[in-house]
Amino acid sequence: MRIARPRAAKMFAAVLAIGLIATGCASERDDEESGDDGQPFVFGAPGDPASLDPSLASDGETFRVTRQAFETLLDHEPGGTELVGGLAHTWSSNEAGTEWTFELEEGVTFHDGSELTAEVICQNFDRWYNWSGTYQNTTISYYWQTVFGGFAQNESEETPDPNYVGCSAPEELTAVIEVAEPSANYPGGFSLQAFAIHSPDAIEAYEQDEASGEGENITFPGYSQEAGTVAGSGPFEVTDWNKGNGEVTLTAFDDYWGDTEAGVDELVFRTIPEESARRQALQAGDIQGYDLVAPADVTTLEDEGFQVPVRGVFNLLYLGITQESNPALETLEVRQALAHALDRQNIVDAQLPEGGVVATQFMPDTVAGYSEDVTTYDYDPDLARELLAEAGEEDLTLDFCYPTEVTRPYMPAPADIYELLRADLEEVGVTVNPVPLKWNPDYTETTRDGGCNIYLLGWTGDFNDGFNFLGTWFAGYQKEWGFENEELFDLLSQAETEPDEATRVGLYEQVNEAVMDFLPGVPISSSPPSIAFSADVNPPTVSPLTQENFAEVSFK
Amino acid sequence: MLRLIVRRLLQLIPTLLGLTVLLFLWIHRLPGGPASALLGERATEADRRQMEEALGLDQPMWVQYGRWMERLVQLDLGNSVRTGQPVWEEFTLRFPATVELAVTGILIAVVVGIPLGYFAARRRGGWLDVTAVSASLVGVCIPVFFLAFLLRAVFAVNLGWLPSVGRQSTGIDATEVTGFFVLDGILTGEFDASWDALEHLILPGVALASIPLAVVVRITRASVLDVLGEDYVRTAESKGLKQRVVRGRHVMRNALLPVITTVGLLTGSLLSGAVLTESVFSFNGIGSFIRTAIDIRDYPVLMGFILFIAVIYVVINLLVDLAYSLIDPRVRVN
Repeated sequence: MRIARPRAAKMFAAVLAIGLIATGCASERDDEESGDDGQPFVFGAPGDPASLDPSLASDGETFRVTRQAFETLLDHEPGGTELVGGLAHTWSSNEAGTEWTFELEEGVTFHDGSELTAEVICQNFDRWYNWSGTYQNTTISYYWQTVFGGFAQNESEETPDPNYVGCSAPEELTAVIEVAEPSANYPGGFSLQAFAIHSPDAIEAYEQDEASGEGENITFPGYSQEAGTVAGSGPFEVTDWNKGNGEVTLTAFDDYWGDTEAGVDELVFRTIPEESARRQALQAGDIQGYDLVAPADVTTLEDEGFQVPVRGVFNLLYLGITQESNPALETLEVRQALAHALDRQNIVDAQLPEGGVVATQFMPDTVAGYSEDVTTYDYDPDLARELLAEAGEEDLTLDFCYPTEVTRPYMPAPADIYELLRADLEEVGVTVNPVPLKWNPDYTETTRDGGCNIYLLGWTGDFNDGFNFLGTWFAGYQKEWGFENEELFDLLSQAETEPDEATRVGLYEQVNEAVMDFLPGVPISSSPPSIAFSADVNPPTVSPLTQENFAEVSFK
Repeated sequence: MLRLIVRRLLQLIPTLLGLTVLLFLWIHRLPGGPASALLGERATEADRRQMEEALGLDQPMWVQYGRWMERLVQLDLGNSVRTGQPVWEEFTLRFPATVELAVTGILIAVVVGIPLGYFAARRRGGWLDVTAVSASLVGVCIPVFFLAFLLRAVFAVNLGWLPSVGRQSTGIDATEVTGFFVLDGILTGEFDASWDALEHLILPGVALASIPLAVVVRITRASVLDVLGEDYVRTAESKGLKQRVVRGRHVMRNALLPVITTVGLLTGSLLSGAVLTESVFSFNGIGSFIRTAIDIRDYPVLMGFILFIAVIYVVINLLVDLAYSLIDPRVRVN
């Protein structure tokens, strides 16, 4: 006892010393962070980018970064979904919708000093069209294959036929892109980050550093994994990718041609996968903004003085029904009963952030082609019970799949939404077997393979064309829906290849009405994913497409 | 000694070979696959078939295994399906973060845990003993993500003493030499960068140490209690030896043997990826990388990682055995 006392005292002193050092360094941290002019704007992103070359990517986290450095021929209006000029100030197509002419902006300079011309546009498109080997893997060229089909020389039978025919430059600032068949993907597809325009010198450098490999051993090109080679024309240029610390740094580009010059010298995207960690990093002042705020945190953050601007809606959450998986679901009355059983307003009120709305059809009302005349299915449990009785399905039992450990922009808390829907269905006498599955790949694969009776899924649009929503689900037979409806498929196919926009929109309205009569699933809601910023910054205009332009950000 | 080391390393070869066959079959039998995972909710059936063909996943299992082994014998672990970068590069990029964190965690566990366990045993039934045993129970029970949340809320958000996430502050001027940020700052004379990296280690280090600390306290306490009851301790005391000698030479030296084994195993488990701690603190180490790899069934990363960890465990076990022989003369004799 006597001997130990001095030791205990020493230990206590050591702990005290560590505490004092920590306190001392804390005051140092505070001094460092007191707003100086060159302070970087740090944004907390939920995931790492996959590549610094947007042509090779198909994920939102890559595009969030590259959008600040690369520009596309067309863009979307700030805060909206309408197409506006990007690198092209005007655009038009021939009557058949197979020749797209772009008049380019003058004086556009890339980060490496080269100039934008129509030849550069063609160089970019021809690069993608002539991709071979590893580049024909959908990991790398997903969007090219989705929008322009295959390549000059397809190397797999599974690769679609090319729809891209060629590009010409009749004048220095006039580029013409020709496609074989008209498609609803044009002109919206020209606004996708995957088709952002690269500097001609950078493209030459890329060719020295090709992707390689075979089988699962694909190597992404080195230039796409470190700053220094990629060069776009945006208000920021990529200057560092510190993978060890999960940070991409972009620096303001002094020779930017556009009106919106960068409001901060340095923009940093820092990867913080956990939502609560992003929130606490914002509260601690380690970052100045983050995306995918949990709905439950919105009020807390606002009360603490943080800014949580509301985005417009451009997504859809639906209850999918796999008709083939259970004969009862092939009966229209049963599907109608399910729709009437669900209190969708309650889900919007209880589970979705401000700005969420009940969906009446398979697209939000911000998309051209939304119809005011669709059949609607109000919450009516009595009617649901009657319909089930009429169909002879009073003892209906359904496997209800829902994803775990995931937050989607259209579905912030899947398990909570599932619980509300389950309670609604059980209220009308349906027995629900819960099937929780890990999001990726278990859930996505099971639902896509038709392995669930009913399930929760959704979609966030890429651009404002109805086919980007309706075509995703109803362009043909899909196991996840498990039905054949040639009339519906033909109508949508007609809409997809209709070159006249007004006629196409009219066809989408008809498709929406036909879909809601047939009721292959129940659209539940559209809701804006929340984004938060600290009080001392002027945030960017928030976008329903989650395409924020961080050049608009500045410190107050 | 050298023969022991060589023999242990040679034993590794058949173990790893068997492990690769079992793991390859098991991992490739998991539901879902990288094709679906990479394509996500947007993919069609045709997209998935095309991706599987491109990734070589449409080939028979033995062909896939053969390809993988062919690369392995050339010391090529393949490339990550997700990042497209060599698995070995991904590991070397992230391993320093994991080592820094594991060392911090284990240091806290040892420096605090062994004295605490010792004093708890010496004052059995006293307030220190009761507090240490209760606290270690809490340490084992409290979920890491919750502890992380609490630590960040108190020390980062409310007090503002420590950074909330990451390995280094944004914008700090630091030169990377080895990837060990603390060490790099010392090597390059950028001591502010070292200090900054240390600050970033404190909260995740404490969170990571919670379970090992509890284990070390309990094992040390139990082991010291056992040794205190031994005849040779009583004999030493009755001979009138000084307490310092009795404690150091007779009690601690014998009581530390099980503690060393435990610390060795704990170090192995921390190095194999403090998955949750790294994820919740956005600490870009192997743990958070593996978590993503499991999610998307990144086969080459998973296979490479498991082999890597097997080697680490064998090496750590070897080091533990060597440490035993230093402390316990009987091991040397055997």
